[in-house]
Amino acid sequence: MSANGKPKFAMYWAAGCGGCEIAVLNVHEKILDVDANFDVVFWPVAMDAKYKDVEAMPDGSITLCLFDGAIRNSENEEMAHLLRRKSQILVAFGSCATEGCIPALANLSTPEEIFEAVYHGPTTDNTHGVVPYPTVRVLEGELHIPEFYPVVKTLDQVVPVDYYMPGCPPESHQIAAVLDLVIQALHGQAALPPRGSAIGAGNSTVCDECPRTRHEKKIRQFVRIQHVQPDPTLCLLEQGILCSGPATRSGCTALCPKAGMPCIGCYGPAEGVLDYGARLMTAVASVIDSQDPEEIEHILDGIPDPAGTFYRFNLAGSLLRASKPAIMSPPPAATLRERALALTPEGGEEGK
Amino acid sequence: MTDRFEPLIIGFTCNWCSYRAADLAGTSRLKYPPNIRLIRLMCSGRLDPTFVLKALSSGADGVLITGCHPGECHYIEQNYKALRRYLLLRRTLAQMGIEPERVKLVWASAAEGARLAEEIIKMVEEIRALGPLNWPAADGGRGTGDGKYPASVIHPPSEEEVTA
Repeated sequence: MSANGKPKFAMYWAAGCGGCEIAVLNVHEKILDVDANFDVVFWPVAMDAKYKDVEAMPDGSITLCLFDGAIRNSENEEMAHLLRRKSQILVAFGSCATEGCIPALANLSTPEEIFEAVYHGPTTDNTHGVVPYPTVRVLEGELHIPEFYPVVKTLDQVVPVDYYMPGCPPESHQIAAVLDLVIQALHGQAALPPRGSAIGAGNSTVCDECPRTRHEKKIRQFVRIQHVQPDPTLCLLEQGILCSGPATRSGCTALCPKAGMPCIGCYGPAEGVLDYGARLMTAVASVIDSQDPEEIEHILDGIPDPAGTFYRFNLAGSLLRASKPAIMSPPPAATLRERALALTPEGGEEGK
Repeated sequence: MTDRFEPLIIGFTCNWCSYRAADLAGTSRLKYPPNIRLIRLMCSGRLDPTFVLKALSSGADGVLITGCHPGECHYIEQNYKALRRYLLLRRTLAQMGIEPERVKLVWASAAEGARLAEEIIKMVEEIRALGPLNWPAADGGRGTGDGKYPASVIHPPSEEEVTA
């Protein structure tokens, strides 16, 4: 408890886009309840605070920490350990923290390929070939920046996590419900769900929340949403539009299918699903209406990027977690360090 | 003793055809290498791609999926489902950089003990040539508290904590 007697609240972003923070602010006036019930001690998006301020806090002194973003580099991991130590309830907040999300699609590429695309790609103007080195020696001494990891990890792959809140971003009405629940629990008026549960989401699939009409599915070809005008009331998958609803956890009220867009799976695996992509592949392959291998292959050509489609939000949290070349890559830090030290100004100026 | 690489292959068989083919190979005294560990399912249609991914991520070097020939499924057409899942999974695995030889689909009827044994011999040699997969184990994982972190005061203990 802080000086004003309120429990402490923190929110942090690692490798994410900031959409989760926007979603939290989208709870509108409910944010006043957060302020009334919590002392916000650390929230880089909303207020100024330094990492050393968090380090100075006693262990376990933060009651609720919402951690969004995946673990892309050593800074993300360091903050995960620090906030785990300082927090009583650590929530993996949003798709990046729970399952890797879009940043984890980089797990299909090796660090070399990523650096090549980012620093030397056709859209990059980098005439001097500048690349960030984890350690660089300059006249004033050594400079360090966080190390880039070969693969993106989920929060629970680096520290134990109390609760998982799926969604990209989590829906604001779900965030409001979770905040209400935690506040009630703090006042002894409600019990929190068992540790390790998904909160702020349903236990079923998006299909169960989807109002579209369903029949027996038989698919002869896959079409892409930009090429067709979908029927407004019929199941999108039945129309050959690859919809991730059958594998995806409910909780979003099927927003996308209601608006005529297929579900892309941001709420992650439904309850009890071990590997999201495998579940979706099972569902999709089952409804293809063909028994001829050649014809099946032709129908499957309608899914141009299977790994990116079936693991769009879930690669880091899947069973394999990354492509073989990426997961077998050594950390780029070691080779980068050697190259950086070769750039050292001559004459050993260190320490001057 | 030799130090040559012995691949570990998980084989999924169906109760009605391919498991009986493996049985027949045994009773016919046909030899095939012990690198394959057979798991019997009722039908190849029961094969969830999760099983394949779980095997590969837990140390298997390859996975062999087997079932009744097309048109001969005990459950009418479930082996076609297995075929479609396999063809889709194969595309995904190719993008993940996993060699296509590591996951195969073979049809074998209850009379084809010799054929199944041959396919197993062939697959073991192919994977031996590829070398081990050695998928790295995930670090951390759900709920792996190691006592380094303070216990929460308001969240209820998990089931493990209660029984421990």
